[in-house]
Amino acid sequence: MKPSVWVRLDAWVRHLVPFGVTLVLLLLTAVPTHLPGFGAVAPMLPLMGVYYWAIYRPDLLPAWAAFLIGLLYDVIAGTPLGAVALVLLLVQGVAASQRKFFLGKSFIVTWWAFGLLAGGATGLTWVLVTVLNGRAADAGPVIFEYLLMLALFPLMTWTLARTQMAFLKDV
Amino acid sequence: MKQSGAVGRFATLRLLAQRFAFVSLVVAAVALMIVGKADVLLVERTRTLVADALAPVLDVMSRPAASIAEVVDSVRELASLRAENVRLRAENARLMHWQTVARRLEAETSVLHDQLNVIPDPDPSFVTARVIGDVGSAFGHSMLLGAGNRDGVRKGLAVLSGEVLVGHVAEVGERSSRLLLLTDINARIPVMLEASRTRAILAGDNRERPKLNYLAGAPVAAGDRVVTSSSGAAFPPGIPIGVVGSVTDGIIRVEPFVRRHELEFVTVVDYGLGGILPFDKPPVPERRRRGAPVAAAAGAEN
Repeated sequence: MKPSVWVRLDAWVRHLVPFGVTLVLLLLTAVPTHLPGFGAVAPMLPLMGVYYWAIYRPDLLPAWAAFLIGLLYDVIAGTPLGAVALVLLLVQGVAASQRKFFLGKSFIVTWWAFGLLAGGATGLTWVLVTVLNGRAADAGPVIFEYLLMLALFPLMTWTLARTQMAFLKDV
Repeated sequence: MKQSGAVGRFATLRLLAQRFAFVSLVVAAVALMIVGKADVLLVERTRTLVADALAPVLDVMSRPAASIAEVVDSVRELASLRAENVRLRAENARLMHWQTVARRLEAETSVLHDQLNVIPDPDPSFVTARVIGDVGSAFGHSMLLGAGNRDGVRKGLAVLSGEVLVGHVAEVGERSSRLLLLTDINARIPVMLEASRTRAILAGDNRERPKLNYLAGAPVAAGDRVVTSSSGAAFPPGIPIGVVGSVTDGIIRVEPFVRRHELEFVTVVDYGLGGILPFDKPPVPERRRRGAPVAAAAGAEN
């Protein structure tokens, strides 16, 4: 039996959730927090979003979506156009290609792999920004931002898992 | 059997298409970076267009954040009310003394100005803009402002918070603009030490405290005030920036007066000067025909 229009529309909207959530994460990064010292080291939330969805629903956040989100990040953050786009694209590609390894593994493994991948992503962003600016950016804040991202990962994963359960359980 | 073969072929094709799409996206990203290096104007226009489109969303999102920050601040202030009061009393006493000194100096200055027929500085025009976006990032220090071309914001203008310099306008869209903070890695601002009038360049490096470069001789000590200089006719001299925070191994770091996290509204000021503009590339020299003698080319120009 063919599903009715409403059922299909419902599924379609639900399928937009991963992209929408990652987009909201991006906008959330751009909100001025007014926290002392936080402005220089705020974690790259969209990176976590891209990583999570690449493992659990790569069909709903494909490579082009990661690219688009990275491009928007470049525009809002003022990083050289294309730098974060490339980084998020590679994160999506690597995570999605290794997803079979993650499925059914414990959370610690996912966290550890995120540490590796985010480390590579942060390092690559640093290299790209340094090359494109022609000046070496200070590495201190970059390392701190990376550590902050690692620390926030469990909370982020929990939130995203909740979202997935709520919207995408059976579609 | 035949059907499964077809399905298998379809799957292989799909995988190939996916691989191809991925690789072409990587190429696109690299191409964008190269285009961004070569044609700054085009990329900048695209950037401001997208920023303009996002501005209303960011504006709405920044408002509750500001309110929450206000509530948190007032709670924190409540806790330190007594200590703050004591501090303010002491400061007030000190400032009263300075006020007397300033009044005397003002009178003296106006007499001197009259005697010397000094032409007064023109009054600067300004607009006040809201900070709508601040992607905290270790890779660059900039903010999006909710005012653009239609509000009179121009590229290169000084951005102040109260009396102190925050940075300058780096990109301008129709209704949004990008403020490059003085701590950004690309920020270079001509400054001088207020007391000794020694000139230098304030160079950001994505740290909270920017460096002081090209300081000509003169000894410098922690606590010296740093203000803008008139070099390069970018800003008028004397806008406060910060104090020298530390001098270690010849690296001088400046503690800026501006508190980044407290920025909610900033003033974009037009002093009628050039402002900070990126260095224009000299025009490409006309290509000489191979083998043509130099003298002939020079003669043809005349």
